[in-house]
Amino acid sequence: MVPVTDYVALSAILFTIGALGVLIRRNPLVIFMSIELMLNAANLVFVAFTRVYNVLAGQIFVFFVMTVAAAEVAVGLALIVTIFRTKHSINIDEMNSLKG
Amino acid sequence: MTFFYLAPWIVFFPVIGLLVNLIFGDRFSERVIGTVASIASGLAFVVSVLLAYSLTQHPDAVRWTIGEWIHVGTLQLDWIFRVDTLSTTMMLVVSSVGTLIHIYAIGYMHEDVRFKSDLKRFRRFFVYLNLFIAAMMILVGGDSYLMLFVGWEGVGLCSFLLIGFWYEMDTLGRPSWANSDAAKKAFIANRIGDFGFLIAAFLMFWAFHSLQFDQIFQQAPAIAASNPGLITAITLFLLLGVTGKSAQIPLFVWLPDAMAGPTPVSALIHAATMVTAGVYLVTRSAALYVTVPAAQYIVALVGAVTALFAATIAVGQYDIKKVLAYSTISQLGFMVAGVGMGAFAAGMFHLVTHAFFKALLFLSAGSVILGMERGHHHLAHTDHDEKQDKGRKKKEDKSHGDAHEEVFDPNDMRNMGGLRKTMPVTFWLYLIGTLALAGIWPFAGFWSKDEILANAFSQGFTAIYWLLTIAAFFTAFYMGRQIWMVFFGGPRHEAAAHAEESPRLITIPLMVLAVLSVVGGALNYPGLETLSHWLDQTVAFIKPIEFQMNVALISTGVALLAILISWLLYGRKPLKVGEIDPLQNMLGPIFTGMERKWFVDELYWALFLDRYVDVSRFVADVIDGKFWHDWFHEKVIAGTYNWLSHIALNRYADQLGIDAFFNSLGQWTKDTASGLRRFQNGFVRSYALFVLIGVVAILGYLIFK
Repeated sequence: MVPVTDYVALSAILFTIGALGVLIRRNPLVIFMSIELMLNAANLVFVAFTRVYNVLAGQIFVFFVMTVAAAEVAVGLALIVTIFRTKHSINIDEMNSLKG
Repeated sequence: MTFFYLAPWIVFFPVIGLLVNLIFGDRFSERVIGTVASIASGLAFVVSVLLAYSLTQHPDAVRWTIGEWIHVGTLQLDWIFRVDTLSTTMMLVVSSVGTLIHIYAIGYMHEDVRFKSDLKRFRRFFVYLNLFIAAMMILVGGDSYLMLFVGWEGVGLCSFLLIGFWYEMDTLGRPSWANSDAAKKAFIANRIGDFGFLIAAFLMFWAFHSLQFDQIFQQAPAIAASNPGLITAITLFLLLGVTGKSAQIPLFVWLPDAMAGPTPVSALIHAATMVTAGVYLVTRSAALYVTVPAAQYIVALVGAVTALFAATIAVGQYDIKKVLAYSTISQLGFMVAGVGMGAFAAGMFHLVTHAFFKALLFLSAGSVILGMERGHHHLAHTDHDEKQDKGRKKKEDKSHGDAHEEVFDPNDMRNMGGLRKTMPVTFWLYLIGTLALAGIWPFAGFWSKDEILANAFSQGFTAIYWLLTIAAFFTAFYMGRQIWMVFFGGPRHEAAAHAEESPRLITIPLMVLAVLSVVGGALNYPGLETLSHWLDQTVAFIKPIEFQMNVALISTGVALLAILISWLLYGRKPLKVGEIDPLQNMLGPIFTGMERKWFVDELYWALFLDRYVDVSRFVADVIDGKFWHDWFHEKVIAGTYNWLSHIALNRYADQLGIDAFFNSLGQWTKDTASGLRRFQNGFVRSYALFVLIGVVAILGYLIFK
């Protein structure tokens, strides 16, 4: 059986890749994908610990996370489409009008 | 069957009357206002009669407690009505004369030329009258010197309010502050007397540890034996109060000026009731006075000298009410002399009869004044016809044609004359009052005045006896002069020729008073001495006095002689228009002295009032103005304050301390903000980076703490 530390390590790697992706990439679509990566890193940990402790709560949480992620992406894509219609660009660095 | 439980109602009835008029009076007509007030006073009279009846069943003094009043340390005073023969006598006089005067005032105030149908004034007058009755009842019904003082001050207040009733005009109705000045004069003169009363009360409390009558009188002989000076001081300070309230030398000057009030007020307050409070006070304090004969003699001397002094002034007066005012002072002098000599029953007897006949005289004088005003009013309307058939007094006629250019004084006896024919009822009433006052047998004044004189004679107060006898001579003389001037001869003014008799509402109370003035002497006929025995139950120092035929003959002879002389001077050859008084020709400067009341007012001005003004001016200019205001307040306080606020507080504490601190706080906030705003760059990825850094930092802290 694969030890739980491997899952956690994989999850950490996935999360770091996701976080770096959010910070570095300028394309919002890629950023969304990176966010999904982070969410799924979390899911992986949930599932892993469900196995270890033999409780179902973690698996139920995963379903919640996936549902919320799907909703979030739907909203996010709608926003991106609207922004593209007004700005004719989806470069994240051009969306800087909310500054102090 | 006794009615002592009704005692509080002698005060409550007048108070209810005044409250009814005060609250509902604006919906009442004149008649209703007057009736309510008269009924309130009348009910007090009924209660007084019931109390007197009860005392015949149960002669000891009854102290009827209503409630607690003052309980401080050893001062234990309750609100108690004292019903004894002395207080009931006063209650009867006050409420009977008061009720008659209330009724009279309904007619009088309506007729008063100054009234002008001002219903509020009318109501105010009757509210004051009821208030006066209530205060007077507190005065005579009190059971302690402090309670007496409450009433004493209450009647003083009513006197002030009623003297200044027409406060915005003088006695002739012209705009002026003369009447309110007269009211202030009365109040201030009384204040000096009240000061004496208060000092006496403080001394009593100090000596006897009580202000209640019985407790003081019980201890009086013992204290008088050990410390006679103290009792003398108390009685003399009380005498100062008496001279204020009862208008004796030296404080009598307010009473003549008090005639500025409406005539019913002069009759009720300044002749019949309030001014006799001093006599009541001395009688009430009999137990104190009898322990110090020297003080008694001073009281008697003050009374006798006042009696003569005021009687001489009355001779020189032309104002019908002023004559009666000085006569009142003089008669009060008789009473004070009587009670001063220890003849308490005689003094009280004279108080009662004087209340009857002096009220009668004042109210009749009021009727005369109204008659003159009516005549004058009549004249103003029919002036043109008058001019046609009577061309004799061109100057006077002209002055009346020109809309009262020369102010007409209805009080001036030089304007009167011949009123016997135009006002017959008033004439007869006035004559009865005059004979009673002059002391002609068998009128009330004869018996009471004679009793005082007989006391003076038989007890060896020779000086006082002669002073009073000479005063009695002057009394008969000025009253005779008044009768001849007012009612006999020919009219000296058109108003007198057209004077009209007063309505029955005015004359009927006068008739009742006239009957009392005739038969009032029956209260204390020699041999019967009803009043003496009655008062003896309370005062206990009343000596029986036998009738002195020689004294009676002398006083009657003197009175008749005075009336004869007055007839020779004023009756035989009546005064003509514009003619000067025959006494002026005969006596010259002495008459001027009488007319100007021996310059007492001027003397007081020079001695006290001007000095007082000087002191006030010094205090105002130098002490207050220069020292306190200019130097202390401006320089010391304001200077220090300015220096402190300007230099110390403003510059150092405020500008450099508090201001600087809060400015720096604001500056720091601004600097921090401009540093922090650099993070708000609008790049969403940098925000995300900060979120990440934050999360890592918090997690790191949580893990490695």
